[in-house]
Amino acid sequence: MEKRTFIKFTLAAAACAAIGTATAADPIRIGAVLSVTGPAAYLGDPELKTLQMYVETLNKSGGVLGRPLELVHYDDGSEAGKANGFAKRLIENDKVDFIIGGTTSGATMAIAPLVERAQVPFISLAGAVVIVEPAKKWVFKTPHTDRMAAERVFDDMKKAGLTKVALLSENSGFGQSGRKEAQAVAAKYGITLVADETYGPKDTDMTAQLTKIKGVPGVQAVFVFGLGQGPAVVTKNFAQLGIKLPLYQSHGVASDEYIRLAGAAAEGVRLPSPALPVAAKLPATDPQKKVVSDYAKLFAERWKAEPSTFGGYAYDGLMLATDAMRRAGSTDKGKVRDALEATTNFVATSGAFNMSASDHMGLSLSAFRMLEIRNGDWTLLN
Amino acid sequence: MLSELLQFLFSGLTVGAMYALAAVGFSLIYSASGVINFAQGEFIMLGGMSAALLVQAGVPLPLAIALAVLVAAAAGLIVEKLAIEPAGNSEVVTLVIITIGASLTLRGLAEVFLGKGNHALPAFSGEDPLVIFGATLMPQSLWVMGVTLVVVLALGLFFGRTTLGKGVLATSCNKLAAQLVGINTRFILLLAFGLSAALGAVGGILVAPMTYTSYDVGIMMGLKGFVAAALGGLGSGFGAIVGGLLLGIVEAMTAGYISSAYKDAMPFVLILLILFFLPQGLFGKKATDRV
Repeated sequence: MEKRTFIKFTLAAAACAAIGTATAADPIRIGAVLSVTGPAAYLGDPELKTLQMYVETLNKSGGVLGRPLELVHYDDGSEAGKANGFAKRLIENDKVDFIIGGTTSGATMAIAPLVERAQVPFISLAGAVVIVEPAKKWVFKTPHTDRMAAERVFDDMKKAGLTKVALLSENSGFGQSGRKEAQAVAAKYGITLVADETYGPKDTDMTAQLTKIKGVPGVQAVFVFGLGQGPAVVTKNFAQLGIKLPLYQSHGVASDEYIRLAGAAAEGVRLPSPALPVAAKLPATDPQKKVVSDYAKLFAERWKAEPSTFGGYAYDGLMLATDAMRRAGSTDKGKVRDALEATTNFVATSGAFNMSASDHMGLSLSAFRMLEIRNGDWTLLN
Repeated sequence: MLSELLQFLFSGLTVGAMYALAAVGFSLIYSASGVINFAQGEFIMLGGMSAALLVQAGVPLPLAIALAVLVAAAAGLIVEKLAIEPAGNSEVVTLVIITIGASLTLRGLAEVFLGKGNHALPAFSGEDPLVIFGATLMPQSLWVMGVTLVVVLALGLFFGRTTLGKGVLATSCNKLAAQLVGINTRFILLLAFGLSAALGAVGGILVAPMTYTSYDVGIMMGLKGFVAAALGGLGSGFGAIVGGLLLGIVEAMTAGYISSAYKDAMPFVLILLILFFLPQGLFGKKATDRV
């Protein structure tokens, strides 16, 4: 497929050269490197589906700047090293106008130096703070950072008067970055971390860690930072041991799958989440109501699958990119980058984006909603 | 204090029984062919995934379990027929590498056709934990331990008391001699793959209510099962159980009393020590060459 589009491109380029000017039908090329297979597939898969779906939708409504969009995507198999190679190919061979991707923070950091050198605007779909701190000229990102997740949780704990917290994190990239950020911001909210335990992403039983946490004197709440099945096992073990403390999870489990896996044990669990899982429950006055409801509906219809917040990050990336192109009035890389940096109050699935020269993510803490699981469903907390 | 120790022990026994069940599958194929089957983890995955998806589709649990075991056994037979048998009399190392390929293929197929999500299976006897001296144990853990015990006893009888079982042992001792006394060694190998795939599936199904299952769950279960089998001595059913339980308990105690950060390192330290002093594992047979 890649080859055919390449030939098409060459032909188109030859045609352009013949006429001597770019025709209106000359496509805008959006490059993507995503982890569609491998351990991060449950992130990359909905991301790719989202990009494919919205490129189709945008093209049906006349494209961007009167030109159709063309998606050129590669699967890095959840390996950061491969992401680097594919990004190089996107820049040098495919000559894309914009790059979206880097499903994981590792992949993103492997792509970042390349786009900086080649001066191609790039929106990452990964979480770590390090991607945008310090701000790199050509690198932007859409998801909330793990630091924001920790801050949102600690803020909620502070309001509930909980100050002695046990931290249980996954020893994966996501969990360990979360652990570091949680340790860094705890003091700001007057929180003392009284335990620091870890588990492996594929571990099958965490009762040992939880028993240890249960025995820590004065512990008032437990905060789990992980993705996928691990946090669900923790939740079940938590109920098994009859621990009565409030249980907080990270945004890594903000999907219906978590409730389905953990079942009744998930009752009362609190977590920060983008608006997507609670699209139907947002008040009509919420500025995000329309965008998240539309996205959820379209994704469910097109792919016959549950929309995920991860796919939402890709939606945000593509929409920010096309919005910047429209405002720049061209696909000139420098102009698009400047327009992207000037994004103000752009409402998408993760929240309202307000970019600046020093903030290449542009989301505030309020973009995270605090949710509680009640009666097997999400409940929005204020 | 006692309740804590007991809780760590329960945790270790639960996880250990899972490892033991995975290890038994490794031992079975090793007994029949001298091959370490790295696709064993995928059989475990296939069992759990098939059962979970069938239950989600509305099939009653007992039927779903039976069907899932059949699916995995069929996969085992197909792997043997299409990948192992054509390699015929190749070196054991070649066959081992073929099983790695089979494992990647099975995992890839599951990823494409069964999806990338995590799935749960309802617990067989409810979700209310049993409280024993202040420590808690899930009824599902008893299922895992009980079935592991039954499986090992049944295999013991099979190898010790039946002609077919003795045929398997004979094939592993000396393939040529076994053929000469009229044992259909090709059938024996097929049987071993089918049986160990079915056993793997049983393990995958039993643990699915506690640990959830997904297309890539076989990597971890396969690895830990292999470590348990090597620890106990490859080819020994009793060794597989001891190896599995030892591994599980060491992990749980490390997480409980030292630090969860070292939990995954301890078993490997253990296996290095044991294999250094007892290269055949705890209960492995010493290889003897008769002239």
